[in-house]
Amino acid sequence: MATGEFAGHIPHAHAAPQSFIRKWVFSLDHKVIGLQYYFLALTAVFVGMFLSLLMRIHLVWPGVSLPLIGDIKPETYLSLLTMHGTIMVFFVLTTAPQGGFGNYFLPIQIGAADMAFPVLNMLSFWVTFVAFLVLIAAFFVAGGAPLHGWTGYPPLSALQSAGPGEGLGADLWVISIALFCIGALMSALNFITTTLDMRAKGMSMMRMPLTCWAWFITAILGLLAFGVLFSAGILLLLDRNAGTSFFVPLVTVNGIMAAHKGGSPLLWQHLFWFFGHPEVYIAILPAMGLCSQLVSVFSRKPIFGYKAMVYAMLSIGILGFMVWGHHMFMSGISPYTAFGMSVMTMAIGVPSAIKTFNWIGTLWGGKIRFTPPMLFAIGFVSLFVTGGISGPFLAQPVLDIPLHETFFVIAHFHLIMGVASIFGIFAATYYWFPKMFGRMMNERMARLHFWFSFVGTYAIFMPMHYTGMAALLRRYSQYTELAYMHGLAPLNKFITYAAFITIAGQFIFLFNLFWSMKRGEKASDNPWEATTLEWTTATPPPHDNFGGLTPVVYNGPYEYSVPGAPQDYLMQTDAATKAVGH
Amino acid sequence: MGLALLLVIWLITFISTFIFLAKIWWLPTGASAAAAGIDHHFTVTFILMGIVFVAAQVFLGLFVWKYREQNSSRKALYTHGNNTMEIAWTVLTAVLFIGLNWASKPLWASERFDPAKSGAVQVEVTGMQFQWYFRYPGPDGKFGATKPELIDPSAGGESAVGLDPADPASKDDVVTGTMYVPVNREVEVILRAHDVIHSFFIPSMRFKQDAVPGLAIHMHFTPIATGDYEIACAELCGLGHYKMHGMLKVVSQEEYDKWLAAREAEKQ
Amino acid sequence: MQESTSTVSLGHREDRWRGELNFDSRMRRARLGLAIGLIGVLMIFISFTSAYVVRQGLPTFDPATNTLVRDWFSVRLPGLLFLNTIVLLLSSGTMELARRRTLEDAKSADAALSAESRIPWLALTVLLGLSFLVGQWTVWRELGASGFYISTNPSSSFTYLLTGMHGAHLLGGIFALLAAGTVTLLRRPIESRAVLIDIAGWYWHFMAALWVYILCLLEFAH
Repeated sequence: MATGEFAGHIPHAHAAPQSFIRKWVFSLDHKVIGLQYYFLALTAVFVGMFLSLLMRIHLVWPGVSLPLIGDIKPETYLSLLTMHGTIMVFFVLTTAPQGGFGNYFLPIQIGAADMAFPVLNMLSFWVTFVAFLVLIAAFFVAGGAPLHGWTGYPPLSALQSAGPGEGLGADLWVISIALFCIGALMSALNFITTTLDMRAKGMSMMRMPLTCWAWFITAILGLLAFGVLFSAGILLLLDRNAGTSFFVPLVTVNGIMAAHKGGSPLLWQHLFWFFGHPEVYIAILPAMGLCSQLVSVFSRKPIFGYKAMVYAMLSIGILGFMVWGHHMFMSGISPYTAFGMSVMTMAIGVPSAIKTFNWIGTLWGGKIRFTPPMLFAIGFVSLFVTGGISGPFLAQPVLDIPLHETFFVIAHFHLIMGVASIFGIFAATYYWFPKMFGRMMNERMARLHFWFSFVGTYAIFMPMHYTGMAALLRRYSQYTELAYMHGLAPLNKFITYAAFITIAGQFIFLFNLFWSMKRGEKASDNPWEATTLEWTTATPPPHDNFGGLTPVVYNGPYEYSVPGAPQDYLMQTDAATKAVGH
Repeated sequence: MGLALLLVIWLITFISTFIFLAKIWWLPTGASAAAAGIDHHFTVTFILMGIVFVAAQVFLGLFVWKYREQNSSRKALYTHGNNTMEIAWTVLTAVLFIGLNWASKPLWASERFDPAKSGAVQVEVTGMQFQWYFRYPGPDGKFGATKPELIDPSAGGESAVGLDPADPASKDDVVTGTMYVPVNREVEVILRAHDVIHSFFIPSMRFKQDAVPGLAIHMHFTPIATGDYEIACAELCGLGHYKMHGMLKVVSQEEYDKWLAAREAEKQ
Repeated sequence: MQESTSTVSLGHREDRWRGELNFDSRMRRARLGLAIGLIGVLMIFISFTSAYVVRQGLPTFDPATNTLVRDWFSVRLPGLLFLNTIVLLLSSGTMELARRRTLEDAKSADAALSAESRIPWLALTVLLGLSFLVGQWTVWRELGASGFYISTNPSSSFTYLLTGMHGAHLLGGIFALLAAGTVTLLRRPIESRAVLIDIAGWYWHFMAALWVYILCLLEFAH
């Protein structure tokens, strides 16, 4: 039942589809498309997690032969890590928060009936889906999946002779990424147009929930970055198959001269990281927007510093395009360029810090409710801090000398981008599940899942700072050859055991997700007593989101505990009780 | 639940900080002239960032416990923020972060802006799947020419780097699989790679630089303690990446001269 | 909880629902989407440009002389390329005429005007576009005949790359025009047609401008 002030009764553009194909397969409904993206990401994350478990097993027990999989040879290990990184970064972190929840909730939170271009939306999902299939196919072709890492540096990734898996597997990898870029660009177009052109009356930009700001800025980053990755992919494909030499200088592999000359391996790195750095912000911004949302809802307090939060996200977006060189301090770039990039990198730490202070500031003086989404939001803040703190070490080139390519880097990006973003996805799931499926997820299981994940991920990734400082290098399939690495074996074992336990805990979530769809306690339209537009509409929302009505917005998105108000939350559409100063 | 969160967050924070402070695992002992400066700056960064880390987690834990919803009569504080505080902590964070980085500039400059001093010991380091080779120019002080078509890794030594016997400067070039340098003298390395990107990493020397095919990158370091130091490849280069290692032997000047002379003699 | 459903008059800005969206709003939204999409496409060609510039200036190690040399030797562009350019610019002209005429039809009260007695500007654009692509293919064959293939030297690589990528995008534009032609023949509502042709038109002009840029890059940037 829609509540609040609504304007008139307008029929939706396209009537609800009837056939199974139009309803669930080639749906134009952003809610269905959002769920399609979400379940794609869910599949991908379990594949990615499985690959990382195999990696951890191999590092601790290199000789062991596993059932069904057999021996893990050095090249197999490297293809596991390549595919783990590629699947996680693209098909989980760039898919669930934006394609999944963004698609589902951006239109509703701004008061629109759908995305601006529903057909394009549908196509963008299917292109992404095909990209995933192409990537997985790499496992099954002759030579197997590529071994060049998710960053795919040439000449290793450009020469078919450079290693096993660098044949057809590597071609499929490039094609998959190119397809993903196309899907991402289409999606970015939709998000930006929708945000700019389809906000309901009264929903000014500065009254949008911070989730919408996050999705909007993420889409802008994607629009500007994915084209660059696409170009790099085309050039790499040509170097691999058409005999060009964009990236490959004169090289000899095992004494045999390759038919290339004059190219620059650094050119790939510049193009890749020009995309790659904004990409990490694409992965984390939606979670930041959600965290802002959740700490506000569940502290019953407005977000501390809404404007600062918006400016911080904008600064992160802009600065994100000026720091890519910090991935290349040791690559052979000019040390002057390196230092310039490092100053910008330190600068980008500032808006991130501001956001953290504001989250903590929102908790201060609040009335905190420890619902499952809130637990994961709090966990997000803690993990974001920990992951963020290692940043200023790596950002300084002189400290990057001992730390580059070690497990210190792995600890940093897993905590701040991997785990933090995944916590955002969990939080979003627990938060919006009632709206999407009409039922609550089981709270006991959710709490258990939280503790497994929170303690577990710290147990996995905190020790990696120590091994990294001790110069344990990444992308090594085993640590048997260098004497100085032998002493780190106990720590590596600890990490592997922690991984087992943490991954086991994720099955609680998986069970809870599907079980609750059928057996969860029925949810009201607004179980969290939250103020944003999705909670004004039916559960699940009707085809056109608002049952033929257009919302009219009077208040900001975080009007909790307004003095003198009849209850401790004020819906955005509530005209009667006007909030102070918004 | 608030108490549980506080305890767990604080416990994780204090245990992990303790392990850092106790240096149970830490950077390897430094053995180069640059190490002291780098390690000192690392410590400064560590202390400052450590304080931020502990403070943030402590406040997070404290607030989630202190401001938990206990009775329904207490109302949450209605505020949209505080601009003064925003400005204050923005400025402080900026000063801290950028100041810290700026303080490291002289170190970086001495490592990378300035070329090796004249009189440095020159060693050409070549990486290839999956082995490091070291070439010394010999008494004439000149590196002989190399030709890609002469590269033959299976033959090792001079053939592995593709040394061109036709060039007179090549005659006294010494190619080895182990790197010898004299202590307390600057070493200039010229980094090359034959096939894919490798990275020349000597943890104890705080030295790391990618070796890129098509480029000859000049870097320098000064070892200050004799001993054997492991060299690791620090850029994914193929299936043998994990076993592409070498050894740096830092010896006295006399021992170095003796060793080099012996290698020259072997060539006759 | 307030539950009022007061009616607010639906002016220009309130019409955000696609079905009820008035023509101007639909057009504006479609053009906004196109402009944003073109930024994405632009980034692809900006990346190629930066790769081009970097590669031009890059010295490469010549094993014969053991020194660094510049190995950029610009490919001589066949004259046909300039003829193709004229064809594409002409097609931009016919496209604009098609676009404007459809827009007039959409705005005029007499929306049921038939198209039989008028010059088929859209069809002409498709024809000219296809001629351009055939012309580009012929240029490739000419280059091949004079020994310049995609892998011959860096300059030839970029020549094939840039013309190929542009051609691929133009082909996409031709599909859009064919779709526009189809909806015209099927007599779909004039407003929908006008939006489609308008978007296809602006895309087409962008492709023409992009082509002129690529030509200048290949011809003049040494």
